[in-house]
Amino acid sequence: MITVSRSHWGPAAVALSLALFLIVFLVVPVAKVIYVAFQDPNTGALTLINFIDFFNTSLFQESFFNSFYVASMSVVLASVFALPLAYFTTRFNFGGSILIQTLGVIPLIMPPFVGAVAMVLLFGQNGSINLLLDQYLGFTIPFMEGLNGVIFVESVHYFPFILINLSAALNNIDRSMEEAAQNLGASRGRLFRRIVFPLAMPGYVAGASLVFLKVFDDLGTPLLLNINNMLAPQAYLRISSIGINDPMGYVISVILVAFSLLALWTSFLALRGKDYATVQKGGGGLMKRDLAGWEKAGCYTVVILILLLVLSPHIALTLLSFGTVWSFSPLPDAYTAQHYVDVVSTSSVYITNTLLYAGLAAGIDVVFGTAIAYVVWRTGLPGRKLLDYMAMGAVAIPGVVLGIGYLRTFYQFDVPFIDKPLASWWVIIVIALAIRRLPYALRACVAALQQVSVMLEEAAENLGATKSRTVRRVVVPLMMGGIVAGFVTSFATASVELSATIMLVSQESDAPLAYGIYEFMQSASGRGPGAALGMIAVLIIGIATYLSHRIIDKKESERAPRQAAAPQEKVQGA
Amino acid sequence: MKRKDFLRAVSGALAVLAVSALPAFAADLEGKLVIVTSYPPDTTVTVKKAFEAAHPGVEVEMLKKKTTAGIKFLQETAKNNKADMFWASAPDAFEVLKGDGLLAKYDVKVKGIPEKVGAFPINDPDGYYKGFAASGYGIMWNTRYLKAKNLPVPKTWAELADPIYFGHVGMSAPSRSGTTHLTLETILQGMGWEKGWALMKAISGNFKTVTERSFGVPDGVNSGQFGLGIVIDFFGLSSQASGFPVEFLYPPITTLVPANIAIVKNAPHPKAAAAFIEFLLSAKGQEVLLDPKIRRLPVNPETYAKAPAGFPNPFKDTSLGAAVKFDLDKSKGRYNVVNSLFDVLVTYRLDDLQGAVKAIHDAKAKAKGKSNADAAKLIAEAETLVAKMPITEAEAGKKEFNAIFKKKRKDAKTKVTGRQAEIEQQWDDEVKANYAKAKELAEKAASML
Repeated sequence: MITVSRSHWGPAAVALSLALFLIVFLVVPVAKVIYVAFQDPNTGALTLINFIDFFNTSLFQESFFNSFYVASMSVVLASVFALPLAYFTTRFNFGGSILIQTLGVIPLIMPPFVGAVAMVLLFGQNGSINLLLDQYLGFTIPFMEGLNGVIFVESVHYFPFILINLSAALNNIDRSMEEAAQNLGASRGRLFRRIVFPLAMPGYVAGASLVFLKVFDDLGTPLLLNINNMLAPQAYLRISSIGINDPMGYVISVILVAFSLLALWTSFLALRGKDYATVQKGGGGLMKRDLAGWEKAGCYTVVILILLLVLSPHIALTLLSFGTVWSFSPLPDAYTAQHYVDVVSTSSVYITNTLLYAGLAAGIDVVFGTAIAYVVWRTGLPGRKLLDYMAMGAVAIPGVVLGIGYLRTFYQFDVPFIDKPLASWWVIIVIALAIRRLPYALRACVAALQQVSVMLEEAAENLGATKSRTVRRVVVPLMMGGIVAGFVTSFATASVELSATIMLVSQESDAPLAYGIYEFMQSASGRGPGAALGMIAVLIIGIATYLSHRIIDKKESERAPRQAAAPQEKVQGA
Repeated sequence: MKRKDFLRAVSGALAVLAVSALPAFAADLEGKLVIVTSYPPDTTVTVKKAFEAAHPGVEVEMLKKKTTAGIKFLQETAKNNKADMFWASAPDAFEVLKGDGLLAKYDVKVKGIPEKVGAFPINDPDGYYKGFAASGYGIMWNTRYLKAKNLPVPKTWAELADPIYFGHVGMSAPSRSGTTHLTLETILQGMGWEKGWALMKAISGNFKTVTERSFGVPDGVNSGQFGLGIVIDFFGLSSQASGFPVEFLYPPITTLVPANIAIVKNAPHPKAAAAFIEFLLSAKGQEVLLDPKIRRLPVNPETYAKAPAGFPNPFKDTSLGAAVKFDLDKSKGRYNVVNSLFDVLVTYRLDDLQGAVKAIHDAKAKAKGKSNADAAKLIAEAETLVAKMPITEAEAGKKEFNAIFKKKRKDAKTKVTGRQAEIEQQWDDEVKANYAKAKELAEKAASML
């Protein structure tokens, strides 16, 4: 269904500059690091011996299996959390849908290492729940033991990827499809199986593959839980403790990259040859049904239970931020507001930096994401798939590797007029964040674009609109839901990124929030202030998320795609 | 760029000369000072405030990196250096930087600092880095936890191997934590290679977890995730000062090592850097270390007069840190091999090791009060298997062998034989089999009782 447009020049120029940006800021730095994986450590010659060592090492085989297992189970558990929330809020008339959607995104807004700390306090072997269980019932539940803990924390943390993308997809399904099916006599179950479910597939697959990839190469969570027999921690531990002299860390990086690309390709194959585009866009999403009283009660129970579970890290963090000492007891000993006073008076620079960096990075991401999605899916440019793979490849680059790569590549390069190396200028942090989050925005944009029929574009062009006008006035407004989803995901996750930034922060006044929290969390008296800083971050980003949902919702209710252009700029500048 | 570097080096050298000629030169410092440090804000903010009060006009910027990341950062940025100082605990880190030629020499003016603390020289004999505080290693525990689980307080390392502590102990991986590495070396040097490793593995069998950050241990003990931790003293002392129900003690086999500070080569603000060292070692600066949030042992003996009651004093209490004559050269010579051994034998095989140790505990508990020579023999065999090391001390200290673990090709012609991954896999095969066999033997012994 892909048509080759007549005017190729515009898209080609866009594609070329995108490719150039990705080559300079992604391919070259990473290649500089990965090169080591193919170097014989003894002679410096190119070799495959390091890969042979990798596959001969039982620890690495185990790590590979564990990573795969944890990533798959996390997708399953994350789906269990996400499906009811997405379905109930888009399918039924449900009080507080926006609130639920917003609360459902909040788990992303927490550095994974903080989430792990908080969840250990609640669910650990001597956490609140188990202390109470032990005291009153005489048994404990190993929520957090070994790989279970990683799966639990990761699914809570990353399930919003599925929620956001699936909700966007469900909202985009044309009501007329459903009406047609119902008019033809389809039952509710059949309607779901044959219409709703298949049409929502691209969103679900986009979300699920992101969860899989992120968990597969997540570093913070397993490290904080002291699980080291997984691939990403092995790579990190190798690089950070043995260093560049040992090639294994780099071999693991290459394998992470390769495997992630393979997973993406699989998800691409799964969707190939299926057309999900919706021709009309007047319907404004699925028909919402009113619920009977007992149905409503059931739905609310499920929703509240899930929200309680996925927001448990935040509940623990709130307690921690107000608590004085919390040690081997179900709740803190006493409460105080002092931590907030301390943090606000000393650390507000972290917050402003974060809003600036994450806002810029997410803005870059949705612009690039939309452009790449369009080039890949709507033009016949040669090599366009490569652009997609290149951008998606960023998802597989461990932050530490990107950080080291940037230091290597850009430290010798002085920025004109500023007279400091590019690698120690704050803009490099924005670029690193943008590159690392680009895949999220891109998947969301692709999923959104797949639901916009190419026929609408052809119609616009037949009516005399230029290519760029068509994109601006037809395609982008119709993709709005997906674009905002991409922005929110990028913004929220960029604001808590630690691994790449920790290598690149060269002066404290440039440091973002996650770095500040991490620092606080490294001392006994810093836990309270660190938690307070985390709570402030969650609140600010939560409000930003809520506002963007309001904007989409308003747009949806106006059902006039053309008027969406203005809010779009507002959101991107947020 | 080269010219700039040269000018900077010359001006740096001149500045150092000027400062050494005129100790009262302090009024004329640069307006800024950039310090790369591994210390938490509690330490850095407190010291920064005190220093800025003493030297108005100098703005101190603390750039926080983990020790290993700090080393990497200075290595990667050496060609265009913007940092003035490196400030961290582990002497090994400074040795690495010194070896790479990334530190500048400096002569301290302040008087009254002794040569040694415990058995360890306070300053680098070559003059590249200075000790500003001492730290020892010991055991911290959560009093609520021990009370709830009805556990006694251990007084020695060996007691941590007791079956009652199974699943209650935490330690950081020596390859990730310079201070933990020193603890392990202290035990190895204090008890000898074979006995030291045997004890270390017996203790490790009781581990709840091996943490990936050194702060993970005090964090786990503070929050009560596990009851006891093997830590550097100020983690325990400052946690206690922060209000957590924890205590700390030095076991007899401990060592005191200096925590250090150094000026980076080609520092952009050498005068301010020199002033910072002088301040840190002055009576005022040393007192700052007693702050409840910091709680490090000052290197100036006179400062202890102002310490709170019960604060350890290594200059008075001669037993503290004197039992082990720590050999820094020996430690340096096998640094990477020891780290790698611990990771292969303990960190990555913790489940197998715990399984074997638990089986031995159970068999021994069953054997209590019974005399069954065959079973006792099997148990002894199992213990020997768990303790067995894949290499001897002599081999671990061999230069050529160590080269495999830290090979750094100076030029294309350098050739090293053997690959780390290959050797680690051989070790892994061996210990995995040993642990499995030990478990089997202990279970067999238990079934006979």
